[in-house]
Amino acid sequence: MSDKETAGTRANDGQTLADATTGDYKYGFSTDVDTDVIPAGLNEDVIRLISKKKGEPQWLLDFRLEAYRYWLTLKPPTWAHLDIPPIDYQAISYYAAPLPRKAPGSLDEVDPEVLDTFNRLGIPLQEQKALAGMAVDAVMDSVSVRTTHREKLAEMGIIFCSFSEAVKDYPDLVRKYLGKVVGYRDNFYAALNSAVFSDGSFVYIPRGVRCPMELSTYFRINSAGTGQFERTLIVADADAYVSYLEGCTAPMRDENQLHAAIVEIIAEDRAEVKYSTVQNWYAGDAEGRGGVYNFVTKRGLCRGDYSKLSWTQVETGSAITWKYPSCVLAGEGAVGEFYSVAVTRNRQQADTGTKMIHLGNNTRSTIVSKGISAGSSQNSYRGLVRVAPSASGCRNYTQCDSLLLSDHCGAHTFPEIKIGNPTAVVEHEATTSKISEQQIFYCNQRGIPTEEAVGLIVNGYAREVMNKLPMEFAVEAQKLLAVTLEGSVG
Amino acid sequence: MHSLRQYIELYRDNRDTIEAAAAVIINRRRPEALRALEAFAEQPAPRTPYRETSADLLYAPDYGLNIGRLQFAVDLAASFRCDVPNISTLLAVVVNDTYRPGALLEKNLPAGVSVMSLARAAAEHPEWVEPYLDSLSACATPTAALNSLLLQDGVMVHISRGVRLDKPIQIVSIFNSPTAMLAVRRLLVVADEGAAARLLLCDHSQGSGVPYLSCAVTEIFAGAGAEVEVYGIEEANADTVRVSETHARVADGARLLLNGSFLSGGISVNDYDVRLDGDDARADLSGLVIGGGSQCAANRVVLRHHGRRCVSRQLFKYALFDDARGEFGGKIVVDEGATGTDAEQNNRNLLVSDGARMDSAPQLEIYCDDVRCGHGSATGELDANALFYMRQRGIPLDEARMMLTQAFMSDVVDAVGYEPVRDRLRHLVEKRLGGEAASCANCSAEDSLCNR
Repeated sequence: MSDKETAGTRANDGQTLADATTGDYKYGFSTDVDTDVIPAGLNEDVIRLISKKKGEPQWLLDFRLEAYRYWLTLKPPTWAHLDIPPIDYQAISYYAAPLPRKAPGSLDEVDPEVLDTFNRLGIPLQEQKALAGMAVDAVMDSVSVRTTHREKLAEMGIIFCSFSEAVKDYPDLVRKYLGKVVGYRDNFYAALNSAVFSDGSFVYIPRGVRCPMELSTYFRINSAGTGQFERTLIVADADAYVSYLEGCTAPMRDENQLHAAIVEIIAEDRAEVKYSTVQNWYAGDAEGRGGVYNFVTKRGLCRGDYSKLSWTQVETGSAITWKYPSCVLAGEGAVGEFYSVAVTRNRQQADTGTKMIHLGNNTRSTIVSKGISAGSSQNSYRGLVRVAPSASGCRNYTQCDSLLLSDHCGAHTFPEIKIGNPTAVVEHEATTSKISEQQIFYCNQRGIPTEEAVGLIVNGYAREVMNKLPMEFAVEAQKLLAVTLEGSVG
Repeated sequence: MHSLRQYIELYRDNRDTIEAAAAVIINRRRPEALRALEAFAEQPAPRTPYRETSADLLYAPDYGLNIGRLQFAVDLAASFRCDVPNISTLLAVVVNDTYRPGALLEKNLPAGVSVMSLARAAAEHPEWVEPYLDSLSACATPTAALNSLLLQDGVMVHISRGVRLDKPIQIVSIFNSPTAMLAVRRLLVVADEGAAARLLLCDHSQGSGVPYLSCAVTEIFAGAGAEVEVYGIEEANADTVRVSETHARVADGARLLLNGSFLSGGISVNDYDVRLDGDDARADLSGLVIGGGSQCAANRVVLRHHGRRCVSRQLFKYALFDDARGEFGGKIVVDEGATGTDAEQNNRNLLVSDGARMDSAPQLEIYCDDVRCGHGSATGELDANALFYMRQRGIPLDEARMMLTQAFMSDVVDAVGYEPVRDRLRHLVEKRLGGEAASCANCSAEDSLCNR
């Protein structure tokens, strides 16, 4: 099926979805979609109300309440290399469900600068659809609006639906896997999410099934003052394969918005999961006002022998990013991969990296992290490679490079390597440098202006990671990198 | 850190005795040290990868302190039977925490070079001590605060402007006590502009079965264009715990070399804080750890580039046998404005036995764009192909292992700039890997000792 045909099919899937996914909505502004918002504040009644509105079973409410009670005993983590202004958790509304019958805003509402940016990104309004071949579960604020391709996938036994639907339709599966990889006791934000998570995606790939298309969810924050607490759960049964895409954009807002999501992935024997993210939340203005706080807990458990989990992320947005997609390699011969490009500019702060926990014999992991800092931003890689005493024959290779594009930004590397078994071979390399004047001069000599030269060099620098992205994302991500860095060098 | 309370109480109960034996300059620092230590006592201990290296536990046992300044008899000859030729040093000995100069030391010191007790330096040359003492350690850690609170004496090395010393100054610190003992040790090195000196610091303990704890703080000032090389060798028994901090400031165009070797001991925790303050300065830090039994060795480095066009190189290697534990923490910080920085850090670790553990955290913190910084860390076992190759050629497995481990360590040994010390270190590493008891047999200091 061609891209155009796919787009046509999807356009027929329903006006609501089209409203939620058209390109002019996608980037950096707020639409007037009505939302059903719970007043700000967090207590047990709010959690009961969220649970009631979603018609959840008692066990899930109990899970939320336990998480909430535990959260009350915690303090926000301070170990990251981040300067996080105090967050008033009582000033946030913890639930916002869109009322999808209302029409979305028109193009006139869009900030022309933003439109211009996305024109330069080369993403015409309809291209969002044309980029298909993906099934899109559009999450606007906190409730899944509609899931497409569901029937087609269902024929193969694949479950791809919103989390709330999964709770209703497949309660046993959800109950079996929920919180098994990221428990509510994991950290402050995981506890918060477990208490108030509103929706997200649920994916189950049955034994031996190779998912024929890229599964994709567009997360976006729409309602003013509402945090987004998504919960994604992906289960790949034995011999299954799935590639999952997550893209984030957010409307421009002056006040900070909190995003504390959880992604849990479970891979059984010989299963393979590929999880790709392009994160482009609103990063605040040049002075650091506004922007999204992105505190995400992502972890995959490679429980089965010879299972594989691959994280690929391109992080360009958010005022503050706190995110460490990790792999627990429990099965024999399990493989974990982490490929990351993190770009920070203006006053953005990012503390991101991964954890590779080797518990099974002959497990292997690869980490490639490329940080790019510009403006007055702070960009940190934080990683952990741990080899358990009982895990023999493990291998890890880590490469984390940083590129500095201004003289008052920061690029930091905080890896930790804990080796408990002598048969492990673990290598870590890191370099930090700026774009050399010779490289720029070489490009200038050949008639390439400096701005473009920087784009070229940065894309070359990040190519190793970009190559890991599915085609649909790679094109967008490459342009995004160049556009993000425009005006950052001088 | 509740374990620090016993030292606060000990100080309060014995304040007069402690201060009576110390210089005024040292005593003047105690109120601040007390405040800092009281604050640390209320805080949890900083997290460490291993329980063994937690400061709270290290300071917990009930050690005795020689606040009455008793003179312990020590069999120096047992510690130094030296036959490696081509090295002659200017020797000073610290028994527990008491400085004992060699009889010929002062005679042999060239003009412009002073090695003396801190108390004497404070009395005779307050200008050498006052601006420097505690200015770097600044009671910023429990160890630094404890050291400043209980310090009675230490060693001062002063090299005057433009004086270049050929012979190394060797300071041998020995533990010898019938009962468990905590020694508070302090070394202050001030090298004025254009001065050059080499220091060889040896740590030993005599007798076995007696727990010793060395709480040592070293402060090094390398003036503009100065060259300071410090080689440390630790060969102690399994009951000895060493907690050391080395602080250094390197001025314009100066060069500092720090090399630390852990050959034997119980637990050894060494913190390095080096700041390249001036422009065009250079620091080379290296260390090797050969750990066996249940030994635990930690090296933590914070190397800060503050001046422009500074160069730093770090190389730390660990070979861990049996149930030994190794920890390496290395942080390179490049301040804003430190343009032209060139920094490299390397950590390589060999785990030879099933029970061995390694924890490595090489870190970069960079606030300036015109830099070239890199670090690498690798942990693994001996190359099976290399072992197979050697066994094919008739070399027994154990010997092949030893040869490969020795080869693995060779670049740290080669980082020693002064050839006689390098030869000696190579010899000691060879013996240590050969399974011989680590002792200062063949220590090259005998010449000097015999000359006393």
